[in-house]
Amino acid sequence: MEGAVTVRLARALADEIRNYGVAAYPAECCGALAGRVAADGSKQVVRLAPAVNRRTDDPHRYLIAPDDLRRLERQLKAEGLEIVGYYHSHPDHPAAPSAFDADHAWPWYSYLIVRVDRGRGADIASWVLDDDGPRMHPEPLEVSSEV
Amino acid sequence: MSVTVSIPTPLRTFTGGHDAVELAGSTVGEVLDGLLAAHTGLKRHLVQDDGRLRNFVNLYLNDTDIRQLASIRTPVNAGDVLTIVPSIAGGSPAVESSLPKLAHAEILRYSRHLLLPEVGLEGQRKLKAARVLTIGAGGLGSPLSLYLAAAGVGTIGIVDFDVVDLTNLQRQIVHGTATLGTPKLESARARLTDLNPNVNVALHDGRLTSENALDIIRQYDIVVDGTDNFPTRYLVNDACVLLGKPNVYGSIFRFEGQASVFYAKDGPCYRCLYSEPPPPGLVPSCAEGGVLGVLPGIIGSIQALETIKWIIGAGDSLVGRLLLFDALKLRFRELKLRKDPDCPVCGSNPTIHELIDYQAFCGIGAEPDYSGLEISVDEFKREREAKGEALVLIDVREPHEWEIAHIEGARLIPLGQLPDRLSELDGHAEIVTQCHKGSRSMKALEILRGAGFGKVRNLAGGIDAWAERVEPGMARY
Repeated sequence: MEGAVTVRLARALADEIRNYGVAAYPAECCGALAGRVAADGSKQVVRLAPAVNRRTDDPHRYLIAPDDLRRLERQLKAEGLEIVGYYHSHPDHPAAPSAFDADHAWPWYSYLIVRVDRGRGADIASWVLDDDGPRMHPEPLEVSSEV
Repeated sequence: MSVTVSIPTPLRTFTGGHDAVELAGSTVGEVLDGLLAAHTGLKRHLVQDDGRLRNFVNLYLNDTDIRQLASIRTPVNAGDVLTIVPSIAGGSPAVESSLPKLAHAEILRYSRHLLLPEVGLEGQRKLKAARVLTIGAGGLGSPLSLYLAAAGVGTIGIVDFDVVDLTNLQRQIVHGTATLGTPKLESARARLTDLNPNVNVALHDGRLTSENALDIIRQYDIVVDGTDNFPTRYLVNDACVLLGKPNVYGSIFRFEGQASVFYAKDGPCYRCLYSEPPPPGLVPSCAEGGVLGVLPGIIGSIQALETIKWIIGAGDSLVGRLLLFDALKLRFRELKLRKDPDCPVCGSNPTIHELIDYQAFCGIGAEPDYSGLEISVDEFKREREAKGEALVLIDVREPHEWEIAHIEGARLIPLGQLPDRLSELDGHAEIVTQCHKGSRSMKALEILRGAGFGKVRNLAGGIDAWAERVEPGMARY
């Protein structure tokens, strides 16, 4: 496993992602993970920032527009937070990145994928882009009961 | 000229952790080249092999997307800030991409389908891509076209030539009182597109004939036969076999119905089941024999179900099985159908290679000339007034029809009882036979003439013509 950076989020936030996925089913939900980077490089998610899915032509795709991201980044900066990653749902597909995910992934960000199985939220996993190609590897995800 | 390039967090590992880089250049393109030259690790993330920006990489000059300016040829000035902004994209593994996509409103509309793993998004997209032809917008065509439209079948073709009549509405639920007298095609299209505006309803005005059948059916994936007559049924069957299309069959009579799927590639066709049509007139139509209004709802719904299963590829189809339904006993039975190796259209040595004359095949049009044996209702009225009871009128309908309406002075002898009750009749009397519309009474005439009655005529158009022309206050059915 490459660069074992860890992403941490509270159980309540993990449940929130599942709920967004269930609500969007059978389409995909998407949004940003707002948080802080610790001294050891690990990422702590503080809150979710749901985004508008700008892809309306295909329920198997999501797109967060750059204008939306710029607005969000300004807002988060004022809160002392930054975007540490993104989440999206895979309706009836595993919580693993598709080739399309890997092709469009940016380095460093944590990509949390929640499987929504027949309308019910299931497992969540975090993925990070490999250093040397359009592939992704799992990243340790710590779901804790306290923030 | 020095420009500040703002680096987003995910790319800072390639700029030594710096969140901004100062670079010189007179255009965005020059600044970008300088950036990539200084920090080669960025290349893979920002540009394609041909050097153009990747489609989810956005550059903002100050607050404006450079795509709204002159792209990479946009001139830059000292003090400008160039910001790299990602678009974040992804998604689950794609289903077959050739299928049409669903808009969000469609996803909501079909959500109960999408919850079924057997349908799912892929199945729903297959439904949207599907082209289904229904023959007839009547008793069977009504429920089946309604359910196909509701289910999201993308294109529904309908063949019909009729107008909506009051006697249709007891079972033909795609039509309504508001569309009485209008073409069934228009009436059906209005209702189907109201139910689901996403559906494209294609209208084929006129009868399906040997001349047009192949051209029409060729445009569709599946044919659903909702016809009420044998010539069209054989025509649909042969055309589907010749074109290799599945034919979802249904038929109804009184309280009984049948359904099957004829697909000659995998199973029998209609001719394997019924190699010859019945003699003309032996099997009465619904107009003559009646039909319970719910029955076409059940059989037509089974046809819609088989069509949808076929499209999404779910479950076991009725290919090779004939489903028989008895509404009074409320019982379904099933017969196994075998492909007839000697079938003239789908057997191993077929003799039918093109469409034939199906009217002639079903013995229609070869009837003897009855013109001298008929009497019009107007002429009958005049003769009756002149001759009185000497002109005997025999009503060969059923007692429950007699209760609806009958002609004053007529004698009721139902057709089925006639051969046993000939002794009640005077062989020398002048007799006129009468039924609802004139076809059963023609059989009665043949029975009487065959038994030696010399002076028998048939009331043309039956009691229906009488009610229309002579006795307007009489109930019609």
